[in-house]
Amino acid sequence: MSHLTDLPLWAAIPVCILLLTGSIITLIGSIGLLRLKSFYSRLHAPTLGASAGVILICLASMLCFAVLQNRWIFHEVLIIVFIILTTPVTLMLLGQSALYRDRIEGKDGVPRKTKPEPSATDTEIV
Amino acid sequence: MTELFIIWSILLSQIILGLAMGCALFRMVKGPRAQDRILGLDALYINGMLLLLTFGIRTANTIYFESALIIALLGFVSSIAFSKFLMRGEVIE
Repeated sequence: MSHLTDLPLWAAIPVCILLLTGSIITLIGSIGLLRLKSFYSRLHAPTLGASAGVILICLASMLCFAVLQNRWIFHEVLIIVFIILTTPVTLMLLGQSALYRDRIEGKDGVPRKTKPEPSATDTEIV
Repeated sequence: MTELFIIWSILLSQIILGLAMGCALFRMVKGPRAQDRILGLDALYINGMLLLLTFGIRTANTIYFESALIIALLGFVSSIAFSKFLMRGEVIE
């Protein structure tokens, strides 16, 4: 551990706090994935790790390497931006396909597909 | 002193992330339906990516960052493909 001895105390404390906070938030999200009852409530739990966990741990990594190499480092911003952009897309598509499957099986507690109201133009034509 | 402090906190956060991966893996194995398994896989690859980032801090090696980026890219594509498969029954129409 040669490189970590070069890290001064004023940088080590924020790195530790960011790392521990990010990992604990990720663990909370995963426990929610384990414990929540229905699929649609379970869909919300892992986003805790995908937003706050990723941001905090990437910030810790950025701070550590920026202090060690004595220059600004923005590589981890790439991961943050990518995860923040892609997680909602993935989970919305997954929720949509789960809703589709539940509707086909005719499960209770799933909203029906709304039929479009007959508009004024249709009645005029008929 | 500082070194000991940061090494222990990195180790602790790695253990916590390992536990989170275990929770996601349990949901992936147990999950009552296919969408639960896909959700567990999605959470599992994000937790694994975070674990690789902490390994990168520990060893000061940039190869871990690149592998984390690749896991993020491929995990997104695989989750989208699984969701499309659930909805349509085929991946590419």
